[in-house]
Amino acid sequence: MAISDMTHNPPDDRLNRVPDFGRAPMGSGTEAHLAHIWESLPGWRGWFSTVDHKTIGLRYIVTAFIFLLMGGIEALIMRIQLAGSNHALLTPEQYSQLFTMHGVTMIFLYALPILSGFSNYLWPLLLGSRDMAFPRLNALSYWIFLFAGIFMYASFPLGQAPNAGWFNYVPFSGPIYNTGPNIDVFALGMVLLGISTTVGSVNFVVTLFRMRAPGMTINRVPILVWGTLTASVANLLAIPAVSLAFFLLWLDRQIGTHFFDVANGGKPLLWQHLFWIFGHPWVYAIVLPAMGIVSDALPTFCRRPLVGYAAMALATIATMLVGFEVWIHHMFATGLPTVALSIFGAASMVISIPSSVAVFAWIATIWLGKPVFKTPFLFFAGFVMLFVIGGLSGVMTAAVSLDWQLNETYFIVAHLHYVLIGINVFPVVGGIYYWFPKFTGRMMDEKMGKWSFWVMFIGFNIGFFPMHVAGLLGMPRRIYTYSSRMGWDTVNMIISIGSFIFAVGILIFLVNVALSLKRGARVGANPWDAATLEWSVSSPPPAYNFAAIPIIASRHPLWEDRLDEDTGRSSLTEGYLLTQGRETIGTSPIDAKPVTILKMPEDSSTPFFVGLFVSLMFVGLLLHWWNFAGIMAAAGCIALIIWMWPQKALAQRVPSAAHSHGEAHD
Amino acid sequence: MSTVTFRTSGLIALATVSTATMASTTDAPLNYFLHSYGPAAKPTMHLGWLLAGLSVAVCLIIALLLLAAVLRKRPLADPRSIGREGEGLRWIYIGTGISTCVLFGLVIYSLMVLNEVAKPPQAPAVILTVTGYDWWWKIEYEHDDPAHRFITANELHIPVGQPVLIKLKSADVIHAFWVPTLAGKTQMIPGLTNQQWIQADVPGIYTGQCAQYCGAGHAHMGLEVIAESAQDFEKWQNAQRRTAPLTFMSNEDPGHKLFMDRCAGCHTIRGTSAAGDHAPDLTHLNSRRWLAAGLLTNTPDHLMKWVINAQRLKPGSRMPSIALSESETTELALFLSTLN
Repeated sequence: MAISDMTHNPPDDRLNRVPDFGRAPMGSGTEAHLAHIWESLPGWRGWFSTVDHKTIGLRYIVTAFIFLLMGGIEALIMRIQLAGSNHALLTPEQYSQLFTMHGVTMIFLYALPILSGFSNYLWPLLLGSRDMAFPRLNALSYWIFLFAGIFMYASFPLGQAPNAGWFNYVPFSGPIYNTGPNIDVFALGMVLLGISTTVGSVNFVVTLFRMRAPGMTINRVPILVWGTLTASVANLLAIPAVSLAFFLLWLDRQIGTHFFDVANGGKPLLWQHLFWIFGHPWVYAIVLPAMGIVSDALPTFCRRPLVGYAAMALATIATMLVGFEVWIHHMFATGLPTVALSIFGAASMVISIPSSVAVFAWIATIWLGKPVFKTPFLFFAGFVMLFVIGGLSGVMTAAVSLDWQLNETYFIVAHLHYVLIGINVFPVVGGIYYWFPKFTGRMMDEKMGKWSFWVMFIGFNIGFFPMHVAGLLGMPRRIYTYSSRMGWDTVNMIISIGSFIFAVGILIFLVNVALSLKRGARVGANPWDAATLEWSVSSPPPAYNFAAIPIIASRHPLWEDRLDEDTGRSSLTEGYLLTQGRETIGTSPIDAKPVTILKMPEDSSTPFFVGLFVSLMFVGLLLHWWNFAGIMAAAGCIALIIWMWPQKALAQRVPSAAHSHGEAHD
Repeated sequence: MSTVTFRTSGLIALATVSTATMASTTDAPLNYFLHSYGPAAKPTMHLGWLLAGLSVAVCLIIALLLLAAVLRKRPLADPRSIGREGEGLRWIYIGTGISTCVLFGLVIYSLMVLNEVAKPPQAPAVILTVTGYDWWWKIEYEHDDPAHRFITANELHIPVGQPVLIKLKSADVIHAFWVPTLAGKTQMIPGLTNQQWIQADVPGIYTGQCAQYCGAGHAHMGLEVIAESAQDFEKWQNAQRRTAPLTFMSNEDPGHKLFMDRCAGCHTIRGTSAAGDHAPDLTHLNSRRWLAAGLLTNTPDHLMKWVINAQRLKPGSRMPSIALSESETTELALFLSTLN
């Protein structure tokens, strides 16, 4: 690398500095200095002010998992109600709130946040950076997610939770047919959550294009990064639609506008379009990063790199692009012209072509590898099967006239659970088994791990496969009870039994986590002998991640010696030291050439307070405390000003005059 | 386990169809996967069979491939060795190639089926409007002569072997009209008039159900389509067109008076002053097989149980539970029993 690399970003002579290049082994003075710079304050002040992506990532994972458990308990209560005909455990209203909160929780408060958790924790480690591009924004994203989750649950204990289903069709969710606060909680909560998702997505996109270690060209980033990047770009395009929809609904309900009010020319179908224009891309946003987890972790247990890296990266992007052209398949039964339905039906089938790329890449990876039967491998291999089943039922629903039958029956419920549990929960649990040693420095128990997999896998299939049959027998979604003359008793009993077996599997997993936290065997940096960068640092990683920012020469920095590729060797222990405050290296978007020293912000409580005030402003809007909302908005602005107050130490334009050592590794 | 249940129900269903012409006696009346009784449903059912068969086959192939990939014997090698990256692309080329061809075939076939079922082959013999209400169905039969138009609820009669065009509306929230063994579902969206056609080639009773979540009573929003011969259909229509008989039609009759006081605000009985339009037309209440949109069979006992306990039997229903003394119950029951 030479100065000429930086011509598009001309160095400012006054700030120019050549970063030190060298080693900083554990225990050295440089290393201790770095730890001092990067570690958060101990105690509660550090707890509120930390912007460490690893802490934030784990908070995301733990919070989202708690939401998963809450949604799971809601599901189990519903399964007791539906186990036989004419049960009267729940009233229709209680049932409506349960299935709505189950959907809201799983889809909005679990599925994406848990993946954001993995990505937050892993991205800088995978990319060879010391943090995300905007650490404080990252903290804000978490706090708002947490507050939005609490917000959406606030009315649950009062028996006034959202009750119109997670897609919340108008006019049922409008002011005439839903007079309580139920839907206002949902509408405002979704707008609030949208802020979290949006700032989180911005952070991922910028991080990818700015924060990769030198030498990690765009074709060397792990597939998980492709997955989260694609999902984040999609979120930036899709979230505005749903935030708008919920905001308009709230205006209809509280201010008396008529966007969805039929009597005054409003259009119920507008809601469905706005919701699903968001909803379908979102479905891919909550599976693509999970598929990335498998694509990155499965090879470790197959003792070979993933087959078809480029194909997989392109398939990820292709899925998302086509994913924006399929939303009408949620609306086949709304009476749209058949020509439109045909186009969207065809697109909905074609979207499974990139999925088949992924499936065959995974199978080929296993086939050509030497599988090591550890727990994560079981989860990833099981996932491939569930992915295929969920994908095939998806193809069935893409056939327009067949969907006129399948739509809104338990067949769809089966499909979406195969997709969301199969493609999200299984990789997530497998991913926790895989990265647990990195998170905590301890292994999880293998024996209990295998038990948890088999109980979950068998329970899941007993619980959810028969839902296809219930759907084909005509059982509609969202009925709180059914008559015995419909012939659905047996199949529902099987489903209920399976769902409890699945729950036992999750319970075994939780017990395993709890015990392993205390008693798991201690591990070194790379217990699985994996290939990617996060395994080059200690477990758990130090606050600064990399004492020396590594220089990357291939996709598999830790396997290079054994892969014998002609890409050269990565430099993992020797690199840019950057010890003058919180710093990391900024690189060019495609080639990852170092272009600047990025000054990273200190810990700060301002993101917490911005999040808190914004959330309280939403509480004010919900309760019609307009003055309170106004005060909170002002307080949020003040917190934002404090957050953004210019600091000399954070001046970013410090281009890296490339070090001569870089040349050899480029 | 599930496939066993499935197969058994299929066998029972097949036996039923071959021994009886009535379609209503199958064990799962909404089972559209194994039963279809008209041209709006049959091609879709066949498409469903093809897709389901294909899906099962693909699942098996992938399961076998996966098992083989996991379990196949491998030559002993240095456990520290790592496989080479460039290999194995042929898997993706071949696998994705085959999938693509199959998918394009399916796109074409499914669009052909869509074209086949989207519109009736000939002009519809009967046109009627079904309006979804929380939580029942208003059914209006159209006729060129306004005197021949009539309104009923929750039970739809059609002539066998002829396409029937149904206009779908909603009076409140979104519902979906779905008689699975005759056709797929269509949403009933307030402010819009959707259309759908059905045709039954076999006389019988076909069960339907609201298929879009619409609130507390969604689970209890059933309907029935009764397909009968042209003569029977004509007879039924003529009966429905008549106004109520005048046996008890005076205010002296306590049952009549009770109805006018307590029920007429919402219900209509043609030929009397009861003209409420928020609830089912009761002119020919006793000609119907079910009460409260498929909740209870229509017996005099159930009827009074429903009147008195509506909120318990169908929580959230727009029908209030009506407090009646024992004598009032008898009087009202006697009055209602005349609505044939």
